[in-house]
Amino acid sequence: MPPGVSHSGDLDERLRERSYLAGEGLATAIFLALKLQRPLFLEGEAGVGKTEVAKVLSRMLNTSLIRLQCYEGIDVNQAVYEWDYARQLLHIRTAEALGATEDRTHFEDELYTRRFLVSRPLLSAIEHKGENPPVLLIDEVDRADDEFEAFLLEILSEFAITIPEFGTIRAERPPVAILTSNRTREVHDALKRRCLYYFIDHPGLEREIEIVRLRVPDAEEALTQQVVRAVQRLRNMDLYKPPGVAETLDWTEALVALGAKELDEGMIEATLGSVLKYHEDQQRALLQSLQFLAGS
Amino acid sequence: MTEEPPILRMAVVFGRLLRRTGLAAGPDRVVEFMRALEELDVSNRDDVYWAGRVTLCSRQEHYEMYDRAFKVYWEGKEGLKFLGPPRTRYSVTMHDDSVQPPKKSVEKGEQGEEAVTLRYSPVDVLRKKDFAEYTPEEFAELYRLMADIGLSGALRRSRRLESASRGRHDPRRSFQGAMRTGGEPMRHRYRKARYQPRRVVLLCDVSGSMASYSRTLLRFMHAGVASGDPTEAFVLGTRLTRVTRELANRNPDRALRGASGAVEDWSGGTRLGDTLKEFVDRWGQRGMARGAVVVILSDGWDRGDVEVLAEQMRRIKRLAYRVIWVNPLKAAPNYQPLARGMAAALPSVDVFLSGHNYESLEELARAISGAAGQDR
Repeated sequence: MPPGVSHSGDLDERLRERSYLAGEGLATAIFLALKLQRPLFLEGEAGVGKTEVAKVLSRMLNTSLIRLQCYEGIDVNQAVYEWDYARQLLHIRTAEALGATEDRTHFEDELYTRRFLVSRPLLSAIEHKGENPPVLLIDEVDRADDEFEAFLLEILSEFAITIPEFGTIRAERPPVAILTSNRTREVHDALKRRCLYYFIDHPGLEREIEIVRLRVPDAEEALTQQVVRAVQRLRNMDLYKPPGVAETLDWTEALVALGAKELDEGMIEATLGSVLKYHEDQQRALLQSLQFLAGS
Repeated sequence: MTEEPPILRMAVVFGRLLRRTGLAAGPDRVVEFMRALEELDVSNRDDVYWAGRVTLCSRQEHYEMYDRAFKVYWEGKEGLKFLGPPRTRYSVTMHDDSVQPPKKSVEKGEQGEEAVTLRYSPVDVLRKKDFAEYTPEEFAELYRLMADIGLSGALRRSRRLESASRGRHDPRRSFQGAMRTGGEPMRHRYRKARYQPRRVVLLCDVSGSMASYSRTLLRFMHAGVASGDPTEAFVLGTRLTRVTRELANRNPDRALRGASGAVEDWSGGTRLGDTLKEFVDRWGQRGMARGAVVVILSDGWDRGDVEVLAEQMRRIKRLAYRVIWVNPLKAAPNYQPLARGMAAALPSVDVFLSGHNYESLEELARAISGAAGQDR
């Protein structure tokens, strides 16, 4: 817990200082995750700022961010640890050349020591040495398969990793664990049960304007207002992929890069690709007339 | 024994209330809720609200139930009547589908072989008989048969590798083996991609026109979900309802009661296009339909705009590995896809089947696993 934070409101304030607008609910969720030392499971549409939570937390807590991007087929050797077999072999060869393999049992024990163990993100997070515990981001956990979720159970409930040849490695201080999911698949209840849960929704008009102000300070106030209003209209438009906050920010940045002072039809047409990523969605938006989007 | 603070007692009772409304927050979650309350200001309504929401809910769908229960319990503004009927009552009851334990098909007695032939013949008839003409007794028999149909999606190559006698060199295991032979890699190990069944997504139309079939098809979906392979089940009415969780119950009676309880618009009209759109928007496009075998069980009657249906089918086709449409009407001789919805959907369908009797369900199971031809 960062110094001076005794209530979720303080935390909300700290996050805002680092350009992240959490709001009361998410701030309380993060506050409790830090206080109770529980992993935080974040769900929500793509682009609502789930991954960003981990990034801003690592900045706020002044610690490192260890990220594990999940994908299908990810296994222990890619996520937790791996023995460095090549180095072990080399060690054997060297020892043989020096005639140091006499005491066999002692020699074998030496092969399974820490220096032959390669850390992957989860082991790095558990072993992390530093002033503050690290932030561990397990991103898009829904992309991994069931087998992998099972590995996560031990790590997230005990903050310990058991390596058969070596023993159990326990975290001195548990990392701040953030799990995100896009809900492409239902994550197992056993995993969710070990976490606090929060669903991040699209922000309302006022909050989204504030977010854009914070994140794209170069944008003219009029432009910011217009862009956010346009995005909120797009979200109500029944699109295949309604734009998230990430798209709002991309769009505003694109417009600023083109030197736009305010949103007009020409500008929308030129930059629509940064906010709508489906051809059908673009057509639907164009049908609705750009005037409607521009709000004039 | 020390006096426990009233707030903790209230937390426990609140947990119980939530369970009654159907939000399954186990005791471990309630303990977590109490720990959270200790860290926050319990005199502040919002703190209590958020603490509970973060600890007791584990899916977005819980939020609505939670909010209602919170209002009732902590604010006392609304009466208990808003909580809806208690769990044990359902607006729809399913008849005639109790399952008896499988009978020994041959009773060893004086008649011996005769008993076998007597039992064999009705099963054979049953296999070809249209579900719409079944008697209650025949349904009971059918459900016993159905347990034998295994649903398993066509195989796909997984990114997960497994050891094999040939394939890609596996340095990890080769070196590991070398450790045992004094550091000499005597034998090289290999591994190759594993094959695993694709996800099967079953979407069953329960509108009025499907009434004679939907019960049986739902039963079929239960057999699929309970088989353990990755399977998702949805019910299409005026709205889309996901019933995977309910059907995952191993006891078929309880599973079907649970599923019919979850569906609010049993035997109503269909807006097939709109409900399919809801499926693609909320689930399909995010990944559920990607590379999956999507099975739609419907007669294709759509009271909505057919163009919507055609467009959604094209979207499903782009996402899925294979699209199978099961229409019980297809069994009729000289069947023509006259229902406008059906005609609009067909161009995006890979396999078109009838699904009106047991034999055709077996055929469907084969099509799902990829053995059947790609005929329309």
